[in-house]
Amino acid sequence: MTTIDAPRTPHTPVTKNRRVNWEKWGWLYMRASGILLVVLIFGHLFVNLFLGTGVKQVDFAFVAGKWASPFWQVWDVLMLWLALIHGGNGMRTIINDYAHGRPRQVMLGLVFAAVAILIVLGTLTLVAFDPCPTGADPSLLPSFCPASSK
Amino acid sequence: MSEVAVVEESAGVPGGPIQAFTVTLIIRRFDPEVDAEPHWQDFDVEMYPTDRVLDALHKIKWEQDGSLTFRRSCAHGICGSDAMRINGRNRLACKTLIKDLDISQPIYVEAIKGLPLEKDLIVDMEPFFESYRAIQPFLIASDKPDKERIQSVAQRAVFDDTTKCILCAACTSSCPVFWTDGQYFGPAAIVNAHRFIFDSRDEGSQVRLDILNDKEGVWRCRTTFNCSEACPRGIEVTKAISEVKAAILRGNPGLPSSDLVLTPVGA
Ligand code: HEM
Ligand code: SF4
Ligand code: FES
Repeated sequence: MTTIDAPRTPHTPVTKNRRVNWEKWGWLYMRASGILLVVLIFGHLFVNLFLGTGVKQVDFAFVAGKWASPFWQVWDVLMLWLALIHGGNGMRTIINDYAHGRPRQVMLGLVFAAVAILIVLGTLTLVAFDPCPTGADPSLLPSFCPASSK
Repeated sequence: MSEVAVVEESAGVPGGPIQAFTVTLIIRRFDPEVDAEPHWQDFDVEMYPTDRVLDALHKIKWEQDGSLTFRRSCAHGICGSDAMRINGRNRLACKTLIKDLDISQPIYVEAIKGLPLEKDLIVDMEPFFESYRAIQPFLIASDKPDKERIQSVAQRAVFDDTTKCILCAACTSSCPVFWTDGQYFGPAAIVNAHRFIFDSRDEGSQVRLDILNDKEGVWRCRTTFNCSEACPRGIEVTKAISEVKAAILRGNPGLPSSDLVLTPVGA
């Protein structure tokens, strides 16, 4: 059982010599990314599902057309990184709540791996994306491709 | 005691004496010397509408089963001994009127959650008080004044709410983060840190902010508002926790400056 320290005993932090306070920055990140995600996600949904002909318009040509523009590339890369790190950090919090010892380490590892793989894959897709792949069905290609039949 | 008072008062009231009614209490019993697991037990008691759950527990203990074990001291909502889970909500038994509950159904009474169960409605409060001690709940001041430490009305107002805590643990034991992570300081410790962090007479704010900036400090809070709902003193617990978070991010409590104009007596 602990006894009460004498008044004015200097406080010794539980986690000594830690350089970065992950809990504090994680908490701040959830809020900052949350605000940005409201704009990014609802903007994304609005443009894809509401403007133009709505959900019927979404096909390869539609996506390729969007990603031909640096604006939407940056938009989607931002959404990808912010949402995945946000979701990953949220899952980390929940795992820390409910799991202990070895299962906690395993689950944290799985979440980290999933986030890392999806970020790398998604970023590669967005950066190295070719809207006019050779040999593709011409009816699926966006109108600005030389091979397009639109 | 209260029953006597009720009967006397009602004697002169038109319409005759207040009717008693039968209430069923289902209490989660646990005797560590006999039971491997806690179990639920029914009791029927005659109660008046003005009686409280604490009176029902007294009646059971005094008239039906002397082994029923619970804490209470003041019986008037000020000592904080008898926080328990009544119909799934943390309340003080001495402040919960039977008539405010749905008595067509049995009333479920069990110990508060998240702290080690010792017997019947009694839990080990030591982990709770350990967190409380850890935030240094006393005035830290370097000078020894000959007179009182002066404070303006505005300076006093910023921490008025958190001075009302009676350390009943209703908030901490209603917190889902505390249920799964006993290391978390919990709302009550943060409330009592708030009481000194925002006190202009205190000089230990930085130390307490540092303590609560730790891994198991305020950042574990997920703003579920269970604590605010549970507090029998009506303290806005979640708001106090948010104010401590904001103070940590700011690096200081951001107290109002003194607006006192001191006029010497007779001047
Ligand atoms: C619409 C924009 C979004 C906003 C404003 C938002 C906001 C937040 C905030 C503020 C938290 C922290 C809660 C707390 O610790 O008290 C949080 C937690 C969380 N978020 Fe989001 N979020 C958004 C989108 C997302 C998305 C797209 C995902 C999934 C990829 C996600 C997954 C999570 C998870 C798993 C948690 C942890 C939940 C918990 O701690 O119990 N969020 N969110
Ligand atoms: S803040 Fe309220 S609920 Fe929590 S210990 Fe104090 S009086 Fe009890
Ligand atoms: S017995 Fe003292 S608060 Fe209920």
